Amino acid sequence: MGQPEQTTFWQNLKRLPWTFWGSLVRHGKPDTDRARSQTVFSNLFLHLHPTRTHIRSLRFSATMALGVFTLSLFVIIVVTGVLLMFYYKPSVETAYNSVKDIHYVVPLGRIMRNVHRWAAHLMVVAVLLHMARVFYSAAYKQPRELNWLLGIGLLVTTLALSFTGYLLPWDQLAYWAVTIGANIAGSARELTDAFGITQSVDPGGFTREVMLGSRGVGGEALIRFYALHVMVLPIFMALLLGVHFWRVRKDGGLARPDADVTHAGKGAAPKGSPAVKPEQAPTKTYGLMCVVRDRKPATNLDPADTVPSWPYLMRAEVLIFVASLVVCMVLGLLFDAPLKEAANAAIPENPAKAPWYFLGLQELVSYSAFMGGMVIPGVALLGLALIPYLDREKEPAGVYFSGARGKRIAGYSLVFGVVMATLAVAIPVSYGWLRNWVPDINQIWIILVNPGTLLTLAYMAWSLAVLRTTRSTRMAAIAIFTCFLAGFFVLTYVGSELRGPNWDFYWSKSAWPTH
Amino acid sequence: MSERLKPDPVPRRSFLSIAGLGTLALAGVGALAGMVRLLKPYVYPEPMARFRLGRPDEFPPGTVKVVPERSIYVISEPEGVAVISLVCTHLGCIVAPADKGFDCPCHGSRFDPKGRVLRGPAPRALLWLEVSQAADGSLMVDANREVKPNTWYRG
Repeated sequence: MGQPEQTTFWQNLKRLPWTFWGSLVRHGKPDTDRARSQTVFSNLFLHLHPTRTHIRSLRFSATMALGVFTLSLFVIIVVTGVLLMFYYKPSVETAYNSVKDIHYVVPLGRIMRNVHRWAAHLMVVAVLLHMARVFYSAAYKQPRELNWLLGIGLLVTTLALSFTGYLLPWDQLAYWAVTIGANIAGSARELTDAFGITQSVDPGGFTREVMLGSRGVGGEALIRFYALHVMVLPIFMALLLGVHFWRVRKDGGLARPDADVTHAGKGAAPKGSPAVKPEQAPTKTYGLMCVVRDRKPATNLDPADTVPSWPYLMRAEVLIFVASLVVCMVLGLLFDAPLKEAANAAIPENPAKAPWYFLGLQELVSYSAFMGGMVIPGVALLGLALIPYLDREKEPAGVYFSGARGKRIAGYSLVFGVVMATLAVAIPVSYGWLRNWVPDINQIWIILVNPGTLLTLAYMAWSLAVLRTTRSTRMAAIAIFTCFLAGFFVLTYVGSELRGPNWDFYWSKSAWPTH
Repeated sequence: MSERLKPDPVPRRSFLSIAGLGTLALAGVGALAGMVRLLKPYVYPEPMARFRLGRPDEFPPGTVKVVPERSIYVISEPEGVAVISLVCTHLGCIVAPADKGFDCPCHGSRFDPKGRVLRGPAPRALLWLEVSQAADGSLMVDANREVKPNTWYRG
């Protein structure tokens, strides 16, 4: 029975700075690898990182920095978005003027809005590129299927955030883009109308009215989109992001070929890797790595393959964050976010264009709203989601295109995809389509047989042909993914650059009729 | 006695947990359905779609008049008066009068003067709206009530 230590109130008060610091930081100065690992391990925010990172995961070619770039943009968007919320007033009477105020009156409001918008556009690009990177390096393969699905969820959430944000300025651009978007959501009516059952079964009308809170785009739609944009979707996004990152860790870090894993004492450290002093290597975390799923538990591996995440990984992340911030700032300083005339429900913009990443869809929608706006994107998303479940070949993960054959297939598919998408635009532009040939044709034929559906079927047929010749699901996946990517680019380009008033085809904007 | 000793097909413990989880799931589905239902209002918060068009003698046979603030146009023929909506049946843009009929600025649908689709993605003809007469004799239009094409209103 020892004497309990006598401490008085005053002694405690004097020691307060040290005791507080001790409760905050549980380890000594993080100046050795071990202390840093322990800091990473015991900090909620840092422990999203592994304590040690494989050297290969740090190479630019492995990730092209796209994941962290996307996250950086999301952080920038959240911060600028919260600042914009302090001034933005979501009602029909005030929305437009409050955005105008942000742009012209609020100190630094213009740059905040510009950065918010540029980061949002870049985030769509970054998400798409990140998906392409993960796909081509076969990083979706078992055991990472779930993370691929989460990624698709994040892609859809990103697009939903962009779309809901598009309405908020309540200018002409916003009003008509969202009118079109809402009617696409309600385009199941095209099908029920064709069968004459809209009176009794009207899923299209229900979806649209749930989305808009009314029959047309008005104050109810604005407040709904606002709630989704600033609250529901960001929270959902943050949740998905958390699970996404957590799964990266649980699935054994970034996908990499087995050949890169060298067993203790065997492989030589890759060139330029920093020396690790064995006595500084963490002991505790290696034991824990055993429960992390990988094809092999990461025990008994040469620590020379890995480097401490602090500083090597974190330094890279900070650099990417700073780079994204610089890019957004420069774009925001050079190019203003557009603000057109206040919304006018009687006069549509001509041409009324959706944001650029939906222009490919708008091109498809100009053949059939239901097929182009609902079925084809739905099929594309479903196809994306199924890829890791249908392609279960044991190819080395982390190798782009899975080798030379894949590269060749991707090349052919790119050409095929571009040619087919170009034809899908060129034929209707030059010769018209079914209704020009048979004026009283039933709408069902137009829904079923239009350039969009034919293009989709052509891509599917191409992928099946690749499957038959190569007998490899991975090659078939490369074929269809590349085709859809090519189609997306061609249609987006046509929609944004070659379509003018009345959605007519023009080789350049200077040829648009003046009025 | 032997009856009671027979093992139950579903053990009591499992039955209780299945019942519990099932109830929970059912309640969850109900709550979710309620949340979705809340989003679709009983009454649409929008101005009344029925409005006064004007006196019948303002539209003598032969008149074709666009009323841009209501997004409609009026045609008057010996058979009667008809009001056709200018909202494109494709994706809701407002069609603009062109040489012969109407052009949609958004996706290039084209309609003839009676609203029939000539080309483009519009799935159906422009909507013909219900015309009626108020007590004072002026023509009333209800933009939310569709009538069959070629329904002419004769005062």
